[in-house]
Amino acid sequence: MSAFLFRRLLRMAVTLWVIVTAVFMATRFTGNPIDYIMPEGLDADGRRAMIAYWGLDRSGFDQYLLFWRSLFEGEFGLGLVERRPVTAIFAERIGRSLGLLSLTLLATIAIGVPLGVLTAVWRRRQLGTWVLFAAFIGYAVPNFVLAILMLLLFSFTLHWLPSAGATTWLHYVMPTMALSAYFIAALVRYTRNAMLDVLGQDYMRTAHAKGLGPLTVLIRHGLRNALIPVVTVLGLQIATLVSGAVVIETVFAWNGMGDLLVGATLLRDYPVLQFGVLIVACAVIVVNALVDLAYAAIDPRVRLA
Amino acid sequence: MSDIAREAGVNVVMPRMPAMVRPGWLRRGNATFLVAGLLGVLLIAAALLAPVLAPFDPGAQKLLARLRPPIGFSRAVAPYWLGTDALGRDLLSRCLYGLRLSLALALFGTVLGLAIGVTLGLVAGLARGMTDALLMGFADVKLATPFTLVALLVIAIAGSGIGVLITVLGLAYWAQFARLVRGQVLSLRELPYVEAARSIGASPWRVAVRHMLPNLVGPVVVMATLSFSNLILLESALSFIGIGVQPPTATLGSMVGQGRDYLASAPWVVAVPALLIVLVSLSAMLLGDELRDRMDAALRER
Repeated sequence: MSAFLFRRLLRMAVTLWVIVTAVFMATRFTGNPIDYIMPEGLDADGRRAMIAYWGLDRSGFDQYLLFWRSLFEGEFGLGLVERRPVTAIFAERIGRSLGLLSLTLLATIAIGVPLGVLTAVWRRRQLGTWVLFAAFIGYAVPNFVLAILMLLLFSFTLHWLPSAGATTWLHYVMPTMALSAYFIAALVRYTRNAMLDVLGQDYMRTAHAKGLGPLTVLIRHGLRNALIPVVTVLGLQIATLVSGAVVIETVFAWNGMGDLLVGATLLRDYPVLQFGVLIVACAVIVVNALVDLAYAAIDPRVRLA
Repeated sequence: MSDIAREAGVNVVMPRMPAMVRPGWLRRGNATFLVAGLLGVLLIAAALLAPVLAPFDPGAQKLLARLRPPIGFSRAVAPYWLGTDALGRDLLSRCLYGLRLSLALALFGTVLGLAIGVTLGLVAGLARGMTDALLMGFADVKLATPFTLVALLVIAIAGSGIGVLITVLGLAYWAQFARLVRGQVLSLRELPYVEAARSIGASPWRVAVRHMLPNLVGPVVVMATLSFSNLILLESALSFIGIGVQPPTATLGSMVGQGRDYLASAPWVVAVPALLIVLVSLSAMLLGDELRDRMDAALRER
């Protein structure tokens, strides 16, 4: 396990290094960064002071070292629009984003896994086919189209659900549904395929033969083994989930990190964008590594592969 | 599981019967394939013929005919079959041109991603060693990063022109192409005929171009189909949130995005392009899935 742990953490560290370096290069070597980070209407003296403060008069390598130091000191500059530290701007939005993400993940697992098992068990029934068909629709319809169509139906026609904001639990219903539809659909298909593989195994017949109840066989012997590949796939989808959340937050004016980043792009608010891309990308990579490690802890085969 | 299967999910087709008891024309997928194929042909024809089919210039505004609903609803006006938007532009014409642009962008993005990915994959698979580790390391980083963030960063720095958008779309799937081709090259290079070519003194270049590339066409075509359908969605999502194609040019995604302000008063402005996106996506996904299932026997088993 320790060899695997070491290799996986090393890969994570290298990935983080590549991301930080790529963000640094993207913001420093494409045009003059001082134009990005300087508030408008600054005179020549102020401009020189800013250049000196950010170390932009030094060599590229020195700037790179400074960039790293600022990362460790938590010094990320001021947002150009809100004129406050970007860390403060993100601090008050991160909760709403994490709320949406975790609720989506919860809904995905709570709905996707049971449906996947059912469609595998019902593989010869009409109902199973319909669930699969619904899963295909959920898979093919892009999340923002789904969100818009749901807005049309539930907010503007039926007036059941609020169309924007994140204040009450009712606000969470549509964003979670729109964001999780794709992942539920994917999970149904993965779980179904994994279950079908497992259902044909000899140990399932043995479990039946020794007189265990059908549900016990299905859950304890079937699902537990089928879930192993499913967990990997779920881990791989985290990046996609975050990408989707950016769009969904924009649709529902969520005031989270996603719509903040989109707004920062449109307004060319580089300090906010740079910080946001850095922390979100790094968070995704760390979570990915943790999923892999947890997974290796459960299944010894992963470590040996 | 293969990269392709991971990328596109798992097939929704019924559990496979042995091929012997299932003649080709009885296959269950055939009906879907036919419907999706017809729909696809129809959509592509509509996109190609947009200048002929569109009754109006997509940018032409007629302020007296603003926000008219599609034919069949009250207040509809005769020549505007699908209604008009807030500036009195004909929705049918805008949809046709938007579809045209969406498909073109996805096509260029796919070609670019394919060119980058296949080249890097070939290099990695043939060179092996450090080069391979480095390139595949980059591919891993790419796959682990939420791509929307990359797109936001690139567009914030380079501005949002058509060229930048195509570059962004091209960067979206290069890693999948590269991993696929690398894997194929690694298994191909062990095959006897490649070894034979090497042993009679064929240069690495000749081995790559004459002996390996032809065998890569099948899987790469399948991957390209999947990338194409995914790029349509990516482009429409980027245009939807306002960082893709800029007005007055429209794609389906940006039409949905800009029509959002009229959701309550004029829902058709959003619903028409949104439903068209659903049609495009359904047919592209169905075709991609079917194509993978039919051509991808070798990949499926990995």
